Amino acid sequence: MVSLAAKWAIPFILFTVTLLAFVRRVNVYEVFVRGAQEGFTTAIKTIPFLVAMFVAISVFRASGAMELFVSIFSPVTNLFGIPAEVIPLGIMRPLSGGGALGITAELIKTYGPDSFIGRLASTLQGSTDTTFFVLTLYFGSVNVVKYRYAVVSGLSADITGFIASVVICNLVFK
Amino acid sequence: MVNIIWMGMLLIGMIVAAINGKIDAVTTAALKGAQAAVDFALGLIAIMAFWLGIMKVAEEAGLIRLLSRVVKPVTAFLFPSVPRDHPAMGAIIMNLSANILGLGNAATPMGLIAMKELQKLNRGDPQKASDAMCTFLALNTSCITVIPATVIGIRIKAGSVNPTEIVGTTIFATACGMAVGVTVDRIMRRIYGYRKWR
Repeated sequence: MVSLAAKWAIPFILFTVTLLAFVRRVNVYEVFVRGAQEGFTTAIKTIPFLVAMFVAISVFRASGAMELFVSIFSPVTNLFGIPAEVIPLGIMRPLSGGGALGITAELIKTYGPDSFIGRLASTLQGSTDTTFFVLTLYFGSVNVVKYRYAVVSGLSADITGFIASVVICNLVFK
Repeated sequence: MVNIIWMGMLLIGMIVAAINGKIDAVTTAALKGAQAAVDFALGLIAIMAFWLGIMKVAEEAGLIRLLSRVVKPVTAFLFPSVPRDHPAMGAIIMNLSANILGLGNAATPMGLIAMKELQKLNRGDPQKASDAMCTFLALNTSCITVIPATVIGIRIKAGSVNPTEIVGTTIFATACGMAVGVTVDRIMRRIYGYRKWR
């Protein structure tokens, strides 16, 4: 069911969008190019984040520190079906969107997109958000300094997203 | 916090490398890492440009507006303190719709407008978040994205056999996160409600 939905999602959206654009008489070509421009900028803007994270992780990996980290934590995390390799991603996710994206990309590249770690990292990246960044940006824009319980509800959503990703990936991909 | 993690990885990496006698590997790893990052980002350009192009067409064709009709009844329930025809409600609906479609560039300005309008409705201390603001941020940080475009792009670039197979699992996990975020928000609103503004 889940993978069937995944297979159809993008063709379905492509079809709907094109049809809708046709009906509404949108200048499809010009608009597409404008959007593509944004996509180009977005991809370029991620380079500094990716470089920072890739460098730190490759050093961490090449030195043998990653192996050490995994051998220390995996006895505990394996009990919950979590590969210890994704723990750094879980920690980074609410803090820095760019940083998390860097870790995700590195995990997918190293272990392969179709490995369990690759699939779990992909799901994690998509299902949780940079809570602290969003809070700072949105509250900062209206000079609100007392966040009250917004941090609690935001983080509980992130933690749930993390746990739910682990559970569903173990069910679907293992 | 991000600083600590990043420095930690580098420093621990170098210490462990020194102990393991792999210090020469650090230099190669750092330079190779940087190279890999740039190669990766360049590969991402293709998919990001394509996808954001399509989504821009969707935006112009009124997909956000269409989706906002579906979102509207839900937001009325979630934001009891915001009048239905207030500009704040409109901005909230547009922001959430853009988030669902994964249109980050369109979502953020809408979100900032929503915050500005919510601040006008904030009857308490203007430096303190109102109930509606907290709910809005809980929704915003946990919002469902139908197509996680960047992740799919990374997977395509890495040569995945089925790059979109994570869409279902992502939607499931986000829905769980969102449900909990909204529930916690409701509970906390009650708890905080008793000591409201005095």
